[in-house]
Amino acid sequence: MATMIQDTPHSNEPPRVALQSLDSLWFQVAGTICNLRCHHCFISCAPDNDKFNFLSLETCKRYLNEAAALGVKEFYFTGGEPFANPDMCEILAETIKVGPATILTNATLFRDSTLDRLQRINESTPYSIEMRVSIDGYSAEMNDPIRGEGTFDAAMKGVQQLVDIGFLPIITITRTWCGDDGDVLATFRQTLVDNGYTRPRLKVLPSLKLGAEVARTRGYHDDERVTHDMMANYDPAQLVCSSARVVTDQGIWVCPILLDAPDARLGGTLAESLVDYPLRHNACFTCWSFGAICSNVSTAATSTTDA
Amino acid sequence: MPDQSPKQIALFGGVYSNYLALTAALTDIRNRGIADVYCLGDLGAFGPRPNRVFPLLHQHNVHVVQGNYDDSIGRGLSDCQCGYTDPADNHFAAISYQYTFNNTDPQHRPWMANLPREIRLKINDQRILLCHGSPRKTNEFLWESTTSTAFIEKLHHDHDADVICCTHTGIKWSRRAANDKLFVNVGCLGRPENDGNTNVWYAIVTVGNSSVDVEFVPVHYDHDQLANDMRAEQLPSAFIETIKTGWWTTCLEILPAKERARGRY
Repeated sequence: MATMIQDTPHSNEPPRVALQSLDSLWFQVAGTICNLRCHHCFISCAPDNDKFNFLSLETCKRYLNEAAALGVKEFYFTGGEPFANPDMCEILAETIKVGPATILTNATLFRDSTLDRLQRINESTPYSIEMRVSIDGYSAEMNDPIRGEGTFDAAMKGVQQLVDIGFLPIITITRTWCGDDGDVLATFRQTLVDNGYTRPRLKVLPSLKLGAEVARTRGYHDDERVTHDMMANYDPAQLVCSSARVVTDQGIWVCPILLDAPDARLGGTLAESLVDYPLRHNACFTCWSFGAICSNVSTAATSTTDA
Repeated sequence: MPDQSPKQIALFGGVYSNYLALTAALTDIRNRGIADVYCLGDLGAFGPRPNRVFPLLHQHNVHVVQGNYDDSIGRGLSDCQCGYTDPADNHFAAISYQYTFNNTDPQHRPWMANLPREIRLKINDQRILLCHGSPRKTNEFLWESTTSTAFIEKLHHDHDADVICCTHTGIKWSRRAANDKLFVNVGCLGRPENDGNTNVWYAIVTVGNSSVDVEFVPVHYDHDQLANDMRAEQLPSAFIETIKTGWWTTCLEILPAKERARGRY
Protein backbone atom coordinates (compact mmCIF):
# COMPACT_ATOMS: atom_id res chain seq x y z
CA MET A 1 0.00 0.00 0.00
CA ALA A 2 1.27 3.47 -0.89
CA THR A 3 2.52 5.63 1.92
CA MET A 4 0.59 8.83 2.57
CA ILE A 5 2.85 11.81 2.96
CA GLN A 6 2.35 15.54 2.70
CA ASP A 7 5.08 16.34 0.19
CA THR A 8 8.64 15.10 0.10
CA PRO A 9 11.34 15.50 -2.51
CA HIS A 10 12.34 12.72 -4.89
CA SER A 11 15.17 10.51 -3.80
CA ASN A 12 16.15 9.96 -7.45
CA GLU A 13 16.87 12.82 -9.82
CA PRO A 14 13.48 13.92 -11.23
CA PRO A 15 12.82 15.39 -14.68
CA ARG A 16 13.69 19.06 -14.98
CA VAL A 17 11.68 21.83 -16.64
CA ALA A 18 13.35 24.83 -18.22
CA LEU A 19 11.83 28.28 -18.13
CA GLN A 20 11.03 28.70 -21.82
CA SER A 21 10.10 32.35 -21.41
CA LEU A 22 8.73 34.49 -18.61
CA ASP A 23 5.18 34.81 -19.95
CA SER A 24 3.52 35.26 -16.56
CA LEU A 25 4.78 36.95 -13.45
CA TRP A 26 2.85 36.20 -10.29
CA PHE A 27 2.86 38.42 -7.23
CA GLN A 28 2.19 36.88 -3.84
CA VAL A 29 0.79 40.30 -3.11
CA ALA A 30 -0.93 39.43 0.16
CA GLY A 31 1.61 36.86 1.29
CA THR A 32 -0.20 34.14 3.19
CA ILE A 33 -2.50 36.60 4.92
CA CYS A 34 -6.20 36.10 4.28
CA ASN A 35 -9.38 37.16 6.01
CA LEU A 36 -10.66 33.61 5.51
CA ARG A 37 -9.33 30.28 6.77
CA CYS A 38 -10.38 27.79 4.08
CA HIS A 39 -10.07 24.14 4.96
CA HIS A 40 -8.59 23.22 1.58
CA CYS A 41 -6.02 26.01 1.25
CA PHE A 42 -2.81 24.50 -0.07
CA ILE A 43 -0.68 27.11 1.67
CA SER A 44 -2.89 27.39 4.78
CA CYS A 45 -3.58 31.10 4.40
CA ALA A 46 -5.30 32.70 7.38
CA PRO A 47 -5.59 36.02 9.23
CA ASP A 48 -2.71 34.99 11.49
CA ASN A 49 -0.46 33.30 8.91
CA ASP A 50 2.27 35.82 8.19
CA LYS A 51 4.83 33.34 6.95
CA PHE A 52 4.76 35.50 3.81
CA ASN A 53 3.85 39.16 4.14
CA PHE A 54 2.34 41.84 1.92
CA LEU A 55 4.28 43.12 -1.08
CA SER A 56 4.79 46.87 -1.19
CA LEU A 57 4.00 49.09 -4.15
CA GLU A 58 7.71 49.82 -4.57
CA THR A 59 8.61 46.13 -4.66
CA CYS A 60 5.94 45.44 -7.24
CA LYS A 61 7.05 48.35 -9.43
CA ARG A 62 10.61 47.08 -9.38
CA TYR A 63 9.57 43.62 -10.56
CA LEU A 64 7.09 44.98 -13.11
CA ASN A 65 9.95 46.81 -14.77
CA GLU A 66 12.34 43.88 -14.53
CA ALA A 67 9.73 41.56 -16.03
CA ALA A 68 8.93 43.98 -18.85
CA ALA A 69 12.58 43.94 -19.86
CA LEU A 70 12.29 40.15 -20.09
CA GLY A 71 9.23 40.35 -22.37
CA VAL A 72 6.57 39.33 -19.86
CA LYS A 73 3.09 38.84 -21.29
CA GLU A 74 0.79 39.15 -18.25
CA PHE A 75 0.63 39.44 -14.46
CA TYR A 76 -1.24 37.57 -11.73
CA PHE A 77 -1.93 38.65 -8.14
CA THR A 78 -2.66 36.17 -5.41
CA GLY A 79 -2.30 35.58 -1.70
CA GLY A 80 -3.82 35.23 0.79
CA GLU A 81 -6.47 37.70 -0.17
CA PRO A 82 -5.03 40.39 -2.47
CA PHE A 83 -7.50 43.02 -1.30
CA ALA A 84 -6.28 42.57 2.26
CA ASN A 85 -3.22 44.45 1.01
CA PRO A 86 -4.16 48.14 1.22
CA ASP A 87 -1.95 48.91 -1.79
CA MET A 88 -3.69 46.45 -4.15
CA CYS A 89 -5.48 49.06 -6.27
CA GLU A 90 -2.40 51.23 -6.50
CA ILE A 91 -0.36 48.20 -7.55
CA LEU A 92 -2.98 47.32 -10.17
CA ALA A 93 -2.88 50.86 -11.56
CA GLU A 94 0.88 50.52 -12.02
CA THR A 95 0.55 47.05 -13.51
CA ILE A 96 -1.77 47.98 -16.34
CA LYS A 97 0.85 50.42 -17.58
CA VAL A 98 2.85 47.30 -18.47
CA GLY A 99 0.36 44.56 -19.28
CA PRO A 100 -2.82 42.64 -18.47
CA ALA A 101 -3.57 41.51 -14.93
CA THR A 102 -5.50 38.81 -13.14
CA ILE A 103 -6.47 39.01 -9.46
CA LEU A 104 -7.38 35.88 -7.52
CA THR A 105 -9.77 37.06 -4.82
CA ASN A 106 -12.42 35.79 -2.44
CA ALA A 107 -14.48 38.93 -3.23
CA THR A 108 -15.43 39.52 0.38
CA LEU A 109 -13.44 42.69 1.09
CA PHE A 110 -14.75 45.19 -1.44
CA ARG A 111 -15.40 48.65 -0.02
CA ASP A 112 -17.21 51.23 -2.15
CA SER A 113 -13.96 53.13 -2.58
CA THR A 114 -12.24 49.94 -3.79
CA LEU A 115 -14.96 49.26 -6.32
CA ASP A 116 -14.87 52.85 -7.59
CA ARG A 117 -11.13 52.61 -8.09
CA LEU A 118 -11.34 49.20 -9.78
CA GLN A 119 -13.95 50.49 -12.19
CA ARG A 120 -11.86 53.51 -13.12
CA ILE A 121 -8.73 51.42 -13.61
CA ASN A 122 -10.58 48.85 -15.73
CA GLU A 123 -12.13 51.52 -17.92
CA SER A 124 -8.78 53.24 -18.41
CA THR A 125 -6.91 50.34 -20.01
CA PRO A 126 -7.13 48.28 -23.20
CA TYR A 127 -5.70 45.37 -21.24
CA SER A 128 -7.98 42.80 -19.65
CA ILE A 129 -8.23 42.79 -15.88
CA GLU A 130 -9.51 39.37 -14.93
CA MET A 131 -11.14 39.01 -11.51
CA ARG A 132 -11.05 35.38 -10.46
CA VAL A 133 -13.42 34.81 -7.59
CA SER A 134 -13.08 31.65 -5.50
CA ILE A 135 -16.41 30.06 -4.54
CA ASP A 136 -16.39 26.35 -3.82
CA GLY A 137 -19.99 25.41 -4.47
CA TYR A 138 -23.30 26.65 -5.78
CA SER A 139 -24.86 26.99 -2.32
CA ALA A 140 -23.94 27.92 1.21
CA GLU A 141 -24.39 24.25 2.13
CA MET A 142 -21.73 23.26 -0.39
CA ASN A 143 -19.34 26.20 -0.02
CA ASP A 144 -19.40 27.27 3.61
CA PRO A 145 -18.10 24.05 5.21
CA ILE A 146 -14.95 24.59 3.14
CA ARG A 147 -14.56 28.36 3.10
CA GLY A 148 -16.29 29.39 6.31
CA GLU A 149 -19.68 30.42 7.63
CA GLY A 150 -21.32 33.13 5.59
CA THR A 151 -18.70 33.15 2.83
CA PHE A 152 -21.05 31.99 0.07
CA ASP A 153 -23.39 34.92 0.54
CA ALA A 154 -20.48 37.33 0.94
CA ALA A 155 -18.72 36.12 -2.21
CA MET A 156 -21.91 36.12 -4.27
CA LYS A 157 -22.44 39.72 -3.21
CA GLY A 158 -18.87 40.45 -4.30
CA VAL A 159 -19.54 38.87 -7.69
CA GLN A 160 -22.59 41.06 -8.13
CA GLN A 161 -20.59 44.14 -7.17
CA LEU A 162 -17.97 43.28 -9.79
CA VAL A 163 -20.60 42.65 -12.46
CA ASP A 164 -22.26 45.97 -11.63
CA ILE A 165 -19.04 47.85 -12.41
CA GLY A 166 -18.39 46.07 -15.69
CA PHE A 167 -16.30 43.03 -14.83
CA LEU A 168 -17.06 39.49 -15.98
CA PRO A 169 -15.51 37.59 -13.08
CA ILE A 170 -14.25 34.05 -13.55
CA ILE A 171 -15.69 31.92 -10.76
CA THR A 172 -13.07 29.36 -9.74
CA ILE A 173 -14.28 26.25 -8.00
CA THR A 174 -12.02 23.70 -6.39
CA ARG A 175 -13.26 20.21 -7.20
CA THR A 176 -14.35 18.87 -3.82
CA TRP A 177 -17.08 16.61 -5.19
CA CYS A 178 -16.92 13.14 -6.66
CA GLY A 179 -18.03 12.29 -10.15
CA ASP A 180 -18.82 14.36 -13.20
CA ASP A 181 -18.48 18.14 -13.25
CA GLY A 182 -21.46 18.66 -15.54
CA ASP A 183 -24.29 18.78 -13.02
CA VAL A 184 -22.32 20.90 -10.56
CA LEU A 185 -21.37 23.42 -13.22
CA ALA A 186 -24.88 23.58 -14.67
CA THR A 187 -26.39 24.23 -11.25
CA PHE A 188 -23.70 26.77 -10.42
CA ARG A 189 -24.23 28.55 -13.72
CA GLN A 190 -27.96 28.77 -13.10
CA THR A 191 -27.41 30.05 -9.56
CA LEU A 192 -25.20 32.83 -10.89
CA VAL A 193 -27.74 33.73 -13.58
CA ASP A 194 -30.48 33.82 -10.96
CA ASN A 195 -28.31 36.23 -8.97
CA GLY A 196 -27.93 38.60 -11.90
CA TYR A 197 -24.68 37.39 -13.47
CA THR A 198 -26.18 36.61 -16.86
CA ARG A 199 -23.12 35.22 -18.64
CA PRO A 200 -21.09 33.52 -15.95
CA ARG A 201 -17.58 32.22 -16.56
CA LEU A 202 -16.51 29.17 -14.55
CA LYS A 203 -13.18 27.45 -14.01
CA VAL A 204 -12.73 24.20 -12.11
CA LEU A 205 -9.50 23.62 -10.23
CA PRO A 206 -8.22 20.31 -8.91
CA SER A 207 -7.56 20.18 -5.18
CA LEU A 208 -3.92 20.30 -4.16
CA LYS A 209 -3.14 17.89 -1.37
CA LEU A 210 -0.97 20.32 0.53
CA GLY A 211 -1.40 22.60 3.52
CA ALA A 212 -4.82 22.61 5.15
CA GLU A 213 -6.17 20.19 2.52
CA VAL A 214 -4.07 17.38 4.02
CA ALA A 215 -6.18 17.43 7.17
CA ARG A 216 -9.44 17.84 5.23
CA THR A 217 -8.87 14.87 2.91
CA ARG A 218 -5.40 13.39 2.57
CA GLY A 219 -1.86 14.16 1.51
CA TYR A 220 -0.21 12.86 -1.63
CA HIS A 221 0.58 9.22 -2.06
CA ASP A 222 4.25 8.46 -2.39
CA ASP A 223 3.79 7.29 -5.98
CA GLU A 224 2.06 10.50 -7.07
CA ARG A 225 5.17 11.89 -8.72
CA VAL A 226 6.29 12.97 -12.17
CA THR A 227 8.70 10.49 -13.69
CA HIS A 228 10.92 10.69 -16.73
CA ASP A 229 8.58 8.32 -18.55
CA MET A 230 5.65 10.63 -17.90
CA MET A 231 7.49 13.51 -19.56
CA ALA A 232 7.99 11.55 -22.79
CA ASN A 233 5.65 13.01 -25.45
CA TYR A 234 4.44 15.59 -22.92
CA ASP A 235 4.56 19.29 -23.79
CA PRO A 236 6.24 20.98 -20.79
CA ALA A 237 4.62 24.27 -21.88
CA GLN A 238 1.55 22.97 -20.05
CA LEU A 239 3.39 23.32 -16.74
CA VAL A 240 3.26 26.73 -15.14
CA CYS A 241 6.92 26.51 -14.12
CA SER A 242 7.90 26.55 -17.81
CA SER A 243 6.57 30.08 -18.25
CA ALA A 244 6.07 31.74 -14.85
CA ARG A 245 7.75 32.80 -11.62
CA VAL A 246 6.35 34.16 -8.35
CA VAL A 247 7.46 37.28 -6.49
CA THR A 248 7.18 37.03 -2.71
CA ASP A 249 8.42 39.26 0.07
CA GLN A 250 11.21 36.72 0.56
CA GLY A 251 12.42 36.26 -3.00
CA ILE A 252 11.36 34.52 -6.19
CA TRP A 253 9.57 31.17 -6.07
CA VAL A 254 9.15 28.71 -8.92
CA CYS A 255 5.35 28.50 -8.80
CA PRO A 256 2.41 29.67 -6.68
CA ILE A 257 1.73 26.18 -5.33
CA LEU A 258 5.06 25.39 -3.70
CA LEU A 259 5.38 28.35 -1.35
CA ASP A 260 5.86 26.07 1.64
CA ALA A 261 8.75 24.26 -0.04
CA PRO A 262 12.04 26.00 0.80
CA ASP A 263 13.77 24.49 -2.23
CA ALA A 264 11.21 26.19 -4.49
CA ARG A 265 12.85 29.54 -3.75
CA LEU A 266 15.05 30.27 -6.76
CA GLY A 267 16.77 33.49 -5.71
CA GLY A 268 16.39 37.10 -4.75
CA THR A 269 15.98 38.50 -8.26
CA LEU A 270 14.15 37.48 -11.40
CA ALA A 271 17.48 37.09 -13.15
CA GLU A 272 18.50 34.45 -10.60
CA SER A 273 15.22 32.61 -11.02
CA LEU A 274 15.53 31.93 -14.75
CA VAL A 275 16.83 28.41 -14.16
CA ASP A 276 15.60 24.85 -14.67
CA TYR A 277 13.49 23.35 -11.92
CA PRO A 278 13.25 19.65 -11.02
CA LEU A 279 9.69 18.28 -10.74
CA ARG A 280 10.53 16.74 -7.39
CA HIS A 281 7.36 17.55 -5.48
CA ASN A 282 4.19 15.51 -5.27
CA ALA A 283 2.18 18.61 -6.17
CA CYS A 284 3.97 18.63 -9.54
CA PHE A 285 1.97 15.48 -10.23
CA THR A 286 -1.29 17.46 -10.00
CA CYS A 287 0.05 20.14 -12.32
CA TRP A 288 1.24 17.47 -14.76
CA SER A 289 -2.14 15.72 -14.62
CA PHE A 290 -4.31 18.77 -15.26
CA GLY A 291 -1.98 21.22 -17.03
CA ALA A 292 -1.87 24.98 -16.57
CA ILE A 293 -4.14 24.81 -13.57
CA CYS A 294 -3.19 28.27 -12.36
CA SER A 295 -3.59 30.09 -15.68
CA ASN A 296 -6.69 31.69 -17.13
CA VAL A 297 -8.49 29.82 -19.89
CA SER A 298 -7.69 32.59 -22.37
CA THR A 299 -3.94 32.21 -21.96
CA ALA A 300 -3.47 28.64 -20.76
CA ALA A 301 -0.94 26.71 -22.77
CA THR A 302 -2.11 23.67 -24.65
CA SER A 303 -0.19 20.97 -26.35
CA THR A 304 0.60 21.10 -30.05
CA THR A 305 2.96 19.27 -32.28
CA ASP A 306 5.16 22.36 -32.67
CA ALA A 307 8.85 21.71 -32.35
CA MET B 1 19.25 51.91 -56.73
CA PRO B 2 16.63 49.32 -55.82
CA ASP B 3 13.02 50.30 -56.26
CA GLN B 4 11.86 51.65 -52.88
CA SER B 5 8.36 52.72 -53.88
CA PRO B 6 5.59 51.72 -51.46
CA LYS B 7 4.46 48.14 -51.84
CA GLN B 8 1.26 46.54 -50.64
CA ILE B 9 0.41 43.02 -49.61
CA ALA B 10 -3.00 41.67 -48.64
CA LEU B 11 -3.40 39.25 -45.73
CA PHE B 12 -6.22 37.27 -44.25
CA GLY B 13 -6.64 34.35 -41.90
CA GLY B 14 -9.23 31.92 -40.66
CA VAL B 15 -11.18 31.24 -43.85
CA TYR B 16 -13.19 28.60 -41.94
CA SER B 17 -14.72 27.31 -45.20
CA ASN B 18 -16.40 30.68 -45.84
CA TYR B 19 -15.98 30.53 -49.60
CA LEU B 20 -18.35 33.44 -50.14
CA ALA B 21 -16.33 35.83 -47.97
CA LEU B 22 -13.13 34.52 -49.57
CA THR B 23 -14.51 35.25 -53.04
CA ALA B 24 -15.55 38.76 -52.00
CA ALA B 25 -12.17 39.49 -50.38
CA LEU B 26 -10.18 38.25 -53.37
CA THR B 27 -12.31 40.35 -55.71
CA ASP B 28 -11.72 43.44 -53.58
CA ILE B 29 -7.98 42.76 -53.42
CA ARG B 30 -7.76 42.38 -57.22
CA ASN B 31 -9.80 45.54 -57.74
CA ARG B 32 -7.19 47.41 -55.68
CA GLY B 33 -4.42 46.04 -57.87
CA ILE B 34 -2.69 44.16 -55.08
CA ALA B 35 -0.87 41.16 -56.51
CA ASP B 36 0.66 39.53 -53.42
CA VAL B 37 -1.90 37.78 -51.25
CA TYR B 38 -1.25 35.74 -48.11
CA CYS B 39 -3.51 33.50 -46.08
CA LEU B 40 -2.34 32.85 -42.53
CA GLY B 41 -4.04 29.49 -42.15
CA ASP B 42 -7.12 27.62 -40.93
CA LEU B 43 -8.84 27.02 -44.25
CA GLY B 44 -11.57 24.85 -42.81
CA ALA B 45 -13.80 24.89 -39.70
CA PHE B 46 -17.17 26.31 -38.76
CA GLY B 47 -18.53 26.83 -42.28
CA PRO B 48 -19.95 24.56 -44.99
CA ARG B 49 -18.43 22.58 -47.85
CA PRO B 50 -14.72 22.97 -47.17
CA ASN B 51 -13.62 21.87 -50.65
CA ARG B 52 -14.82 25.12 -52.21
CA VAL B 53 -11.98 27.08 -50.65
CA PHE B 54 -9.06 25.26 -52.33
CA PRO B 55 -9.63 26.18 -56.00
CA LEU B 56 -10.11 29.84 -55.04
CA LEU B 57 -6.76 29.92 -53.23
CA HIS B 58 -4.96 28.16 -56.08
CA GLN B 59 -6.63 30.21 -58.82
CA HIS B 60 -5.60 33.47 -57.14
CA ASN B 61 -2.10 32.25 -56.33
CA VAL B 62 -2.58 32.86 -52.62
CA HIS B 63 0.44 31.98 -50.47
CA VAL B 64 -0.74 29.99 -47.46
CA VAL B 65 0.73 29.55 -43.98
CA GLN B 66 -0.29 26.36 -42.21
CA GLY B 67 -2.80 26.81 -39.41
CA ASN B 68 -3.51 24.27 -36.70
CA TYR B 69 -6.62 23.08 -38.59
CA ASP B 70 -4.64 22.56 -41.78
CA ASP B 71 -2.02 20.59 -39.88
CA SER B 72 -4.69 18.43 -38.22
CA ILE B 73 -6.66 17.71 -41.40
CA GLY B 74 -3.51 17.30 -43.44
CA ARG B 75 -2.11 14.70 -41.10
CA GLY B 76 -5.42 13.11 -40.19
CA LEU B 77 -5.24 13.98 -36.48
CA SER B 78 -8.17 13.35 -34.18
CA ASP B 79 -8.72 16.97 -33.14
CA CYS B 80 -8.23 20.49 -34.44
CA GLN B 81 -5.45 21.56 -32.03
CA CYS B 82 -7.33 24.83 -31.66
CA GLY B 83 -6.00 25.24 -28.13
CA TYR B 84 -9.27 25.53 -26.25
CA THR B 85 -9.16 24.44 -22.64
CA ASP B 86 -12.79 24.79 -21.58
CA PRO B 87 -15.14 21.81 -22.10
CA ALA B 88 -17.88 24.00 -23.59
CA ASP B 89 -15.49 25.40 -26.18
CA ASN B 90 -14.15 21.96 -26.99
CA HIS B 91 -17.67 20.58 -27.47
CA PHE B 92 -18.36 22.85 -30.46
CA ALA B 93 -14.78 22.63 -31.70
CA ALA B 94 -15.17 18.86 -31.95
CA ILE B 95 -18.42 19.15 -33.97
CA SER B 96 -16.78 21.62 -36.31
CA TYR B 97 -13.66 19.51 -36.77
CA GLN B 98 -15.51 16.27 -37.38
CA TYR B 99 -17.67 17.87 -40.06
CA THR B 100 -14.71 19.55 -41.75
CA PHE B 101 -12.56 16.43 -41.62
CA ASN B 102 -15.29 14.23 -43.06
CA ASN B 103 -16.04 16.68 -45.86
CA THR B 104 -12.53 17.63 -46.95
CA ASP B 105 -11.51 15.69 -50.05
CA PRO B 106 -8.45 13.60 -49.13
CA GLN B 107 -6.69 14.84 -52.26
CA HIS B 108 -6.07 18.17 -50.47
CA ARG B 109 -4.45 16.64 -47.41
CA PRO B 110 -0.86 16.25 -48.64
CA TRP B 111 -0.85 19.90 -49.74
CA MET B 112 -2.19 21.01 -46.34
CA ALA B 113 0.27 18.85 -44.46
CA ASN B 114 3.17 20.43 -46.31
CA LEU B 115 2.23 24.07 -45.93
CA PRO B 116 4.93 26.18 -44.25
CA ARG B 117 4.59 27.15 -40.58
CA GLU B 118 5.80 30.63 -41.40
CA ILE B 119 6.58 32.81 -44.40
CA ARG B 120 9.30 35.44 -44.29
CA LEU B 121 9.36 38.42 -46.64
CA LYS B 122 11.72 41.31 -47.10
CA ILE B 123 10.10 44.37 -48.61
CA ASN B 124 11.92 47.71 -48.75
CA ASP B 125 14.32 46.48 -46.04
CA GLN B 126 11.45 45.56 -43.73
CA ARG B 127 11.63 42.01 -42.39
CA ILE B 128 8.08 40.67 -42.35
CA LEU B 129 7.14 37.44 -40.59
CA LEU B 130 3.81 35.77 -41.33
CA CYS B 131 2.56 33.04 -39.00
CA HIS B 132 -0.69 31.56 -37.71
CA GLY B 133 -0.96 31.95 -33.93
CA SER B 134 2.39 33.37 -32.94
CA PRO B 135 5.91 33.00 -34.26
CA ARG B 136 6.64 30.52 -31.48
CA LYS B 137 3.48 28.42 -31.42
CA THR B 138 0.89 27.70 -34.09
CA ASN B 139 -2.08 27.68 -31.71
CA GLU B 140 -1.11 30.51 -29.38
CA PHE B 141 -3.92 33.00 -28.93
CA LEU B 142 -2.63 36.57 -29.12
CA TRP B 143 -5.54 38.75 -28.07
CA GLU B 144 -5.24 42.50 -27.97
CA SER B 145 -6.20 42.69 -24.32
CA THR B 146 -3.87 39.96 -23.02
CA THR B 147 -0.74 40.66 -25.02
CA SER B 148 1.62 43.17 -23.44
CA THR B 149 3.71 45.45 -25.61
CA ALA B 150 6.78 44.07 -23.82
CA PHE B 151 5.88 40.62 -25.11
CA ILE B 152 5.40 41.89 -28.67
CA GLU B 153 8.82 43.51 -28.53
CA LYS B 154 10.30 40.23 -27.36
CA LEU B 155 8.72 38.46 -30.35
CA HIS B 156 10.15 41.07 -32.73
CA HIS B 157 13.57 40.61 -31.17
CA ASP B 158 13.59 36.83 -30.83
CA HIS B 159 12.30 36.23 -34.34
CA ASP B 160 14.31 38.90 -36.18
CA ALA B 161 11.28 40.69 -37.58
CA ASP B 162 10.16 44.30 -38.04
CA VAL B 163 6.59 43.31 -38.80
CA ILE B 164 4.77 40.24 -37.44
CA CYS B 165 1.38 39.24 -38.81
CA CYS B 166 -0.77 36.50 -37.26
CA THR B 167 -4.40 35.37 -36.95
CA HIS B 168 -5.92 32.46 -34.90
CA THR B 169 -8.06 34.51 -32.49
CA GLY B 170 -10.59 35.66 -35.09
CA ILE B 171 -10.50 39.30 -33.96
CA LYS B 172 -8.25 41.85 -35.66
CA TRP B 173 -5.95 44.32 -33.94
CA SER B 174 -2.59 45.97 -34.39
CA ARG B 175 -0.05 47.72 -32.23
CA ARG B 176 3.00 49.83 -32.85
CA ALA B 177 5.95 48.71 -30.72
CA ALA B 178 9.43 50.02 -30.03
CA ASN B 179 11.49 51.34 -32.96
CA ASP B 180 8.32 51.71 -35.02
CA LYS B 181 7.98 47.94 -35.41
CA LEU B 182 4.51 46.65 -36.09
CA PHE B 183 2.41 43.76 -34.83
CA VAL B 184 -0.79 42.83 -36.70
CA ASN B 185 -3.46 40.27 -36.00
CA VAL B 186 -5.25 40.21 -39.35
CA GLY B 187 -8.51 38.86 -37.94
CA CYS B 188 -10.40 36.28 -40.00
CA LEU B 189 -12.60 35.88 -43.05
CA GLY B 190 -14.58 32.97 -41.70
CA ARG B 191 -16.87 34.55 -39.16
CA PRO B 192 -17.71 38.06 -37.99
CA GLU B 193 -15.78 39.36 -35.04
CA ASN B 194 -18.36 39.42 -32.25
CA ASP B 195 -19.42 43.03 -32.67
CA GLY B 196 -22.95 42.63 -33.99
CA ASN B 197 -21.91 43.26 -37.61
CA THR B 198 -22.06 40.52 -40.22
CA ASN B 199 -19.05 41.60 -42.25
CA VAL B 200 -15.60 40.06 -41.90
CA TRP B 201 -12.13 41.57 -42.36
CA TYR B 202 -8.81 41.34 -44.15
CA ALA B 203 -5.70 43.51 -43.87
CA ILE B 204 -3.51 45.48 -46.26
CA VAL B 205 0.05 46.15 -45.16
CA THR B 206 1.75 49.03 -46.95
CA VAL B 207 5.53 49.13 -46.81
CA GLY B 208 7.01 52.50 -47.67
CA ASN B 209 10.58 53.74 -47.68
CA SER B 210 10.78 54.17 -43.95
CA SER B 211 7.40 53.19 -42.59
CA VAL B 212 4.97 50.31 -42.45
CA ASP B 213 1.24 50.76 -42.00
CA VAL B 214 -1.76 48.49 -41.79
CA GLU B 215 -5.31 49.09 -42.93
CA PHE B 216 -8.16 46.74 -42.07
CA VAL B 217 -10.71 46.30 -44.84
CA PRO B 218 -14.31 45.22 -44.17
CA VAL B 219 -15.64 42.46 -46.39
CA HIS B 220 -19.38 42.32 -47.00
CA TYR B 221 -20.65 39.13 -48.55
CA ASP B 222 -23.88 37.17 -48.91
CA HIS B 223 -24.01 35.91 -45.34
CA ASP B 224 -27.62 34.79 -45.76
CA GLN B 225 -26.49 32.44 -48.52
CA LEU B 226 -23.75 31.08 -46.27
CA ALA B 227 -26.29 30.54 -43.50
CA ASN B 228 -28.51 28.65 -45.96
CA ASP B 229 -25.57 26.47 -46.98
CA MET B 230 -24.76 25.77 -43.34
CA ARG B 231 -28.35 24.84 -42.64
CA ALA B 232 -28.36 22.48 -45.63
CA GLU B 233 -25.24 20.84 -44.22
CA GLN B 234 -26.94 20.50 -40.83
CA LEU B 235 -24.28 22.50 -39.06
CA PRO B 236 -25.24 23.67 -35.53
CA SER B 237 -27.81 26.44 -35.33
CA ALA B 238 -25.48 28.27 -32.96
CA PHE B 239 -22.92 28.59 -35.78
CA ILE B 240 -25.58 29.87 -38.17
CA GLU B 241 -26.76 32.44 -35.63
CA THR B 242 -23.23 33.91 -35.50
CA ILE B 243 -23.10 34.27 -39.27
CA LYS B 244 -26.52 35.94 -39.32
CA THR B 245 -26.09 38.25 -36.31
CA GLY B 246 -22.38 38.97 -35.97
CA TRP B 247 -22.36 37.78 -32.34
CA TRP B 248 -20.31 34.78 -31.24
CA THR B 249 -22.41 32.08 -29.65
CA THR B 250 -19.79 29.33 -29.23
CA CYS B 251 -16.16 29.04 -28.19
CA LEU B 252 -16.72 31.98 -25.87
CA GLU B 253 -14.78 30.78 -22.85
CA ILE B 254 -11.44 31.35 -24.57
CA LEU B 255 -12.20 35.07 -24.82
CA PRO B 256 -10.43 37.35 -22.33
CA ALA B 257 -12.52 39.77 -20.29
CA LYS B 258 -12.38 42.77 -22.61
CA GLU B 259 -13.13 40.84 -25.80
CA ARG B 260 -15.90 38.89 -24.06
CA ALA B 261 -17.47 42.04 -22.66
CA ARG B 262 -17.83 43.53 -26.15
CA GLY B 263 -19.98 40.61 -27.27
CA ARG B 264 -23.57 39.76 -26.48
CA TYR B 265 -23.04 36.32 -24.91
